Amino acid sequence: MQLNLVQAINQAMYQEMERDKSVMVMGEDVGKDGGVFRVTQGLLEKFGEARVVDTPLAEAGIMGTAIGLAVNGMRPVLEIQFDGFTYITLNQLISHAARMRMRSRGKYTVPLVMRAPWGGGVRALEHHSESMEAIYAHIPGVKTVIPSSPKEAKGLLISAIRDPDPVVFFEPKRLYRAFKEEVPEEPYTIPLGEARILQEGKDITMITWGSLTRTCMEYVQNAKYGIEIIDIRSLSPFDENTVLASVKKTGRAIIVSESPKSGGFAAEISARIAEKALMSLNAPILRVSGYDVPIPLAKLEDYYLPDTARIGKAVEEIMKY
Amino acid sequence: MSRKKVFEAQIEYLQILDEKGNVDASLDPKLDELTLKKMYETMVRSRAMDKKAISLQRQGRCYTYVPTEGQEAAQVGSVMASKKEDWMVPAFRENAAYLAKGVSMRTLFLYWMGHEEGSRFEKDQNCFPVSIPVGSQVGHAVGLAWAAKIQGKRQAAITFFGDGASSEGDFHESANFAGVFQIPCVFICQNNQYAISTPRARQTRSETIAQKAIAYGFEGIQVDGNDVLAMYVATKKALEKGYAGKGPTLIEAITYRIAAHTTSDDPKRYRDEAEVEAWRKKDPIARFQTYLKKNGFWNEAYEKEVQEKAAREVEEAVKKAEGFQANPEDMFKYLYQDLTPDLRQQMQEMKQSLEG
Repeated sequence: MQLNLVQAINQAMYQEMERDKSVMVMGEDVGKDGGVFRVTQGLLEKFGEARVVDTPLAEAGIMGTAIGLAVNGMRPVLEIQFDGFTYITLNQLISHAARMRMRSRGKYTVPLVMRAPWGGGVRALEHHSESMEAIYAHIPGVKTVIPSSPKEAKGLLISAIRDPDPVVFFEPKRLYRAFKEEVPEEPYTIPLGEARILQEGKDITMITWGSLTRTCMEYVQNAKYGIEIIDIRSLSPFDENTVLASVKKTGRAIIVSESPKSGGFAAEISARIAEKALMSLNAPILRVSGYDVPIPLAKLEDYYLPDTARIGKAVEEIMKY
Repeated sequence: MSRKKVFEAQIEYLQILDEKGNVDASLDPKLDELTLKKMYETMVRSRAMDKKAISLQRQGRCYTYVPTEGQEAAQVGSVMASKKEDWMVPAFRENAAYLAKGVSMRTLFLYWMGHEEGSRFEKDQNCFPVSIPVGSQVGHAVGLAWAAKIQGKRQAAITFFGDGASSEGDFHESANFAGVFQIPCVFICQNNQYAISTPRARQTRSETIAQKAIAYGFEGIQVDGNDVLAMYVATKKALEKGYAGKGPTLIEAITYRIAAHTTSDDPKRYRDEAEVEAWRKKDPIARFQTYLKKNGFWNEAYEKEVQEKAAREVEEAVKKAEGFQANPEDMFKYLYQDLTPDLRQQMQEMKQSLEG
């Protein structure tokens, strides 16, 4: 069936809730309203109030109680309404969700998923366009996943829901209704921690995730070099092998990310390439990213977000070597 | 148009056993000898453990320790009112609560000696590990009890926190959730008068901490936290209410932290010895001993036996804990269900660096 990202994510939750009675959805406006992006639409009607919970407006409370729910047999899928409001959950996520299994020597586990719309490009209000995924990928004990298409999102979310450990699942809101693609009706999983090669090429490895996979693909349609595009899908666990194998083949790496540049996840990928594939490189590793500023409001956000022009500049630069 | 009163509330205070050990017969739960003795012995064991742990810390054999002294009744009374399958979600000053829940002293010593193994509880011990970020554990208790409610289980959760935590957002958000969803959770605020150096008056202008429950639509009660019987009765009632689907309760246990905040703290910087002395006269163990004696359950021989048994238990627990050898690889093994490729590699790197 042809589905957009919103529909694919909705279907993943619907099918998992049908399959497993312990799966529940909780968050602000996720029930009656179906979520502000309508991602949870129809779940309340089908699964009822006990399992589809409109919570008070309190993100730390959502994450804190979800931890207890998860330890005592439930599988909460919590929606935080926007990326910019996920920071309120960080203490619970870092200090408890991520550590409960380790702290209790495996007795207590926290199989929860925190979903949140992520990233810029939709002309939203302040705090509604953030891409601070590096913070989450930095937390030991948490997995961080960012899908790049409807088909990808369904398989990755089903894996995240079935995963025995906490998963942060950031949904590129720019792609929510950007396009449809064929999504298998039956439930299926895509393993967390496996990158995918979107396009093969011999000259440059271009590593990216989320909405920018689309921008990169758009760029390569008219590129004069052979560009291999890797969608990393999961920042943590990270599929180093796919990245290194590609870089060893091409000898050039460009990392494309919409986060602020310094200390971002692109820096982590760059460090891994430098540590393990330096001798294969023909050129410096380049990053095309947001600038080290909070993503500007609607009028200026296009100046901040990487686009095909900036990617093209980096490609020309790296091909000088 | 009108001007009228739309809300009114009041907070009750409960004390069954006064500071001198006199009992209010009309309120006495008249527990059986076995239960009463278990209460007493658990409090004595906790006190004995405290003493030893502080001494070990001074000798460098135990790291920073958080003493329970003075708060034994608040913890033992409430945990003993709960069922085995109920959850106990502590902060970090709940040694007596752990003992009441059946956790071994060896396990507790392991924790304070710096071993993660000190948070490994038996399969049927429904208690959470120590939670150090103040107030952050309260939501977990609400979630645990919420799950039980969804699953239709007759199970509740008890969570401990302090007067300091009553200022934290986590407490307020969690209490609000519990009220909205009528969760069978018992919030036990051990108001021990200080958050390190900050006195109770600096945490809130509210007359009581118990009244904070009113704002979230459920019942709050103030209890003499040094009265083990009152704590038992109040918690029992709160739990029964929870099992019956009638929601949460907040119990403010008025107590006092006799010892320092931790072995790294010097309470002389912020409180007078006279104040501590006044509270020593309200000691929960001495008071309960008087009660037991009046009921014919206590004599010198029994006391000697209880003290000796506790001392032996402490010595054996310390010996076992000191004999425990941690495996460095364990830091990797429990993070996720399966080792990630990165962790496998880092574990290998550590092994190699250890081999030199």
